[in-house]
Amino acid sequence: MNFKHTYSNRKWVIFSFIISIFFIYIIRLLFLQVFDDQWDLKAKGNALRYLTDYPPRGLIYDRNGELLVSNAISYDLMVIPRKVKLTDSLMNELCTILSITPDDFMHRFNKAKAYSPYVASIFDRQISDETHGYIEERLHRLQGFYVQPRTLRKYLTSAAAHSLGYIGEVNYPEMEKNPYYKMGDYIGKTGIEKSYEEELRGIKGCQILMVDNLNREKGSFQNGRFDTAAISGKSLWSSLDKDLQEYGETLMQGKRGSIVAIEPSSGEILCLVTSPSYKPELLVGRERGRNYRKLEQDTFNKPLFNRALMAQYPPGSTFKLVNALIGQQEGVIDRNTRYSCHMGFAYGNRVLGCHAHASPADLVFSIQTSCNAYYCRTLKAILENRIVYKTTKEAYDAWHKKVLSLGFGQKFNSDLPYELKGNIPKSEYYDRYYGLNRWKATTIISIAIGQGEILATPVQLANLVAIIANKGYYYTPHIVKAIGHKDSLNTRFLEKHYVDVEEKYFFPIIEGMEKAATAGTVRSAAVPGIRIGGKTGTAQNPHGKDHSILVCYAPIDQPKIAISVIVENAGFGATWAGPIASLMIEKYLNDSIERKDLESRIINSILY
Amino acid sequence: MIKTTHKNIDWLLILLSVALIAIGWINIYSTTANDFTSFNFQANYGKQLIWIGSAIILALFTMVINYRFYPSFATPIYIIFTLLLLTVLFIGNTTKGATSWFGIGNIGIQPAEFAKYATCLLLARYVSDKDCDLTKSKHLFIALIIIIIPMIFILLQNDTGSALPFLFLIFALFREGLKSWILISGFTAIILFVLLVFLNQWIVVGIVSVILFTILWLFRKIKRNYPGVLLIYALIIVYIFSIETVYNKVLKDYQRARIETLFGKIEDAKGIDYNVIQSKIAIGSGGFFGKGFRNGTQTTLNFVPEQSTDFIFCTIGEEWGFVGSSFVLLLYALLICRIILRAEQQREAFVRVYGYCIAFIFFAHFTINIGMTIGLMPVIGIPLPFLSYGGSSLLAYTLMLFTFLNLDAKTNHWT
Repeated sequence: MNFKHTYSNRKWVIFSFIISIFFIYIIRLLFLQVFDDQWDLKAKGNALRYLTDYPPRGLIYDRNGELLVSNAISYDLMVIPRKVKLTDSLMNELCTILSITPDDFMHRFNKAKAYSPYVASIFDRQISDETHGYIEERLHRLQGFYVQPRTLRKYLTSAAAHSLGYIGEVNYPEMEKNPYYKMGDYIGKTGIEKSYEEELRGIKGCQILMVDNLNREKGSFQNGRFDTAAISGKSLWSSLDKDLQEYGETLMQGKRGSIVAIEPSSGEILCLVTSPSYKPELLVGRERGRNYRKLEQDTFNKPLFNRALMAQYPPGSTFKLVNALIGQQEGVIDRNTRYSCHMGFAYGNRVLGCHAHASPADLVFSIQTSCNAYYCRTLKAILENRIVYKTTKEAYDAWHKKVLSLGFGQKFNSDLPYELKGNIPKSEYYDRYYGLNRWKATTIISIAIGQGEILATPVQLANLVAIIANKGYYYTPHIVKAIGHKDSLNTRFLEKHYVDVEEKYFFPIIEGMEKAATAGTVRSAAVPGIRIGGKTGTAQNPHGKDHSILVCYAPIDQPKIAISVIVENAGFGATWAGPIASLMIEKYLNDSIERKDLESRIINSILY
Repeated sequence: MIKTTHKNIDWLLILLSVALIAIGWINIYSTTANDFTSFNFQANYGKQLIWIGSAIILALFTMVINYRFYPSFATPIYIIFTLLLLTVLFIGNTTKGATSWFGIGNIGIQPAEFAKYATCLLLARYVSDKDCDLTKSKHLFIALIIIIIPMIFILLQNDTGSALPFLFLIFALFREGLKSWILISGFTAIILFVLLVFLNQWIVVGIVSVILFTILWLFRKIKRNYPGVLLIYALIIVYIFSIETVYNKVLKDYQRARIETLFGKIEDAKGIDYNVIQSKIAIGSGGFFGKGFRNGTQTTLNFVPEQSTDFIFCTIGEEWGFVGSSFVLLLYALLICRIILRAEQQREAFVRVYGYCIAFIFFAHFTINIGMTIGLMPVIGIPLPFLSYGGSSLLAYTLMLFTFLNLDAKTNHWT
């Protein structure tokens, strides 16, 4: 039989139709399942709840093991916007519990939604214990909300606010820079909290729970295979001495300025006082934002301004130490060089004045008595040294390099965020200002006595004394001594930096500084029974009365503390900075103060 | 006449159906079992096992009956099930707005599934008649009436989903001589409808005019019947303008919403397209190899609705990935093509037409159901043959397939 169906060929149309549907579906599946990963993310958003396990932040101790900063528990109310069924009753309930307005509610809700509908955002931070209990009981009615425990900082000292710094919620730039941080995380914003953020924060843990379509927890995802445990932050041992820091802040009450003390043998900062300051606990807790704004708006006292690192003062006469060292190194003076001084240094038709003292002065006496003329001549000799240098500019560049080796004019890149570098102008600056070859020693003579363009920060001045105490080297001043364990020293700061001045040139300087303390300008800083060496400074400045500056170290034979004190607009260095330095040294070396009268006079003086 | 031997039974079709049933059960178990330790006959996977047992008995029963029974009793079977469809309207139970099933004790029976079987039988019987010529409008009309009567009853039950597969029987008619232009008009109507969802009717009229005149110009050398062209043009324009009314007045709100979400005109994850979104999330998150048996979070944690019945394909997609879901697609494609292939080899027109009919019922369910889960079709609640949980559908498809196997085994083939 060979009967043919009339329409038999139509089977091919039918087959092709079926097969094309089959291939369309296969291709669609390929795109859905293999090429497009948004569905996977959405599935995770649906079914998984990531509970962050916040590790406790590392503690901060002082150099003697006294606790400065610890942690306190607090609770944040979190919201996952997509899981919230917005109803009037839910809004009313939460508004009542948190005592917020419905507008505020919607504002917070929309903000969280704008960040991500799937990811938890903080709805209300640091809720009180009472509110926390109240919410826990009602959580089943508040779908999409849960309570997240967090650790907050607790300060055991009311001092050292700037050094310790504070933590705050991450902002968008910080989140973009480091994907570790998620909305609502805390991050160190300033001070140690910022520079040691990675050590202190530890590593967040994550617990993955499964939830069903009604947001009920259904156990851990794949038996916790992807969960990670939180790793606690490391503790830090600051180099600060809590008692000294607190004492320094007490002394600086009512005064503007700063005290920086460094242990010369290690570069460890013993205290970093800036005044006016604020109490660190002001920047913790629910009131943080308001307190911060208040501090920020106090433009008269500027309590958020860290003077110890960021205030740049003309160093005044303390800078004579620098020129005395460089002058010797350049071979233009030695300890026997004598310059006469009759109430000042005359150049051209001008005179840079000096006070009445015996003349001529040698190197030691010039420091003891702080002779202006001596250093004008020294600088002139350095810059006009045509035996070694062809031009003033060349001589100046050599001088500049040596000043920088003494820690001036640059940042230490230490563990202190936001330090400023002061100012030691380059020769190019003068070329621009006066014109090429249009300047010479007498044009810029005020840098001889630390005025003019010269600017230094308190920490640079303290470091200068540390260099003198060490007779030629320093360790980068730093504020964290050990990380993780009391004895595991901070390896970043173990390198000795040698300066471009030989050891032998330090002896006359030290002699002069000691004499200044016994029978010279630094008498007010003397401490009975302790050999100290120091140098005063009185920095003229355009903002009113001179700044009172004093740098010193003690004891002379075995230096334990190098210190710089600056009291703004307080007149001569000897008047205010001297006694403060003296009391600080007594406090640190003797641990108790004999001179109660002096102490109370200083504490009770208000200079602004 | 060839004597019945088991050698003539198409074991490939049996294998394909058994594979689909097994895959179905594994996935029903995955979504409805709460733990591995005990076996619960009250849970869906337990009940499905009972249904599978019943299906085996039904299959054997279907196979041993004399094949002459089916064409002979096609008419009474059709009448009985059509009447059942009518009865269910009055005494049936209602789920999700559709009054479509009888409750007998614990079990529910959905006559619509069996009505498909009955319609296939009667349609095959009528069309395979020597005297039937589908090019004649009278015969075509009768064939269409056979299809439309059960459809109307099912639509009255408010069960649009179950009515839709009947339309696919048109393809079987096409194979038996239905004029091509009818099918082409049908497709044109669908394309125009889709266009109208997106575009203003005037723009659609413009597009149609441009296409029509381009064709006329391209084929200007061929002799044409201008009144005929004009008539077609007029009909298309009338259609375009009537769609507007039908779409807005006849379709129900939820149906319009489903169509519009399908084409992405509405987006609302918690609202109308929640099901589709969740379904796509489940399938899409399966990746290439899937998350593994019982590891599908979207299906086991109830994000996907109806996951053991209409959305069973989501579980396959999520837990078995692209590999598993394309394997299932392949099984269906093989099943459908195999039925058509065997049908084509039949000497008896009845068996051929019947084969085409059931192949297109399977094809309809396959296309609509899977298309829905992957977001290519609107949400229409119909089961996936052999895979979805549910007794009525399993028994009805077993009946359809094994009736074909019986007919196929016992009648002559072209070789």
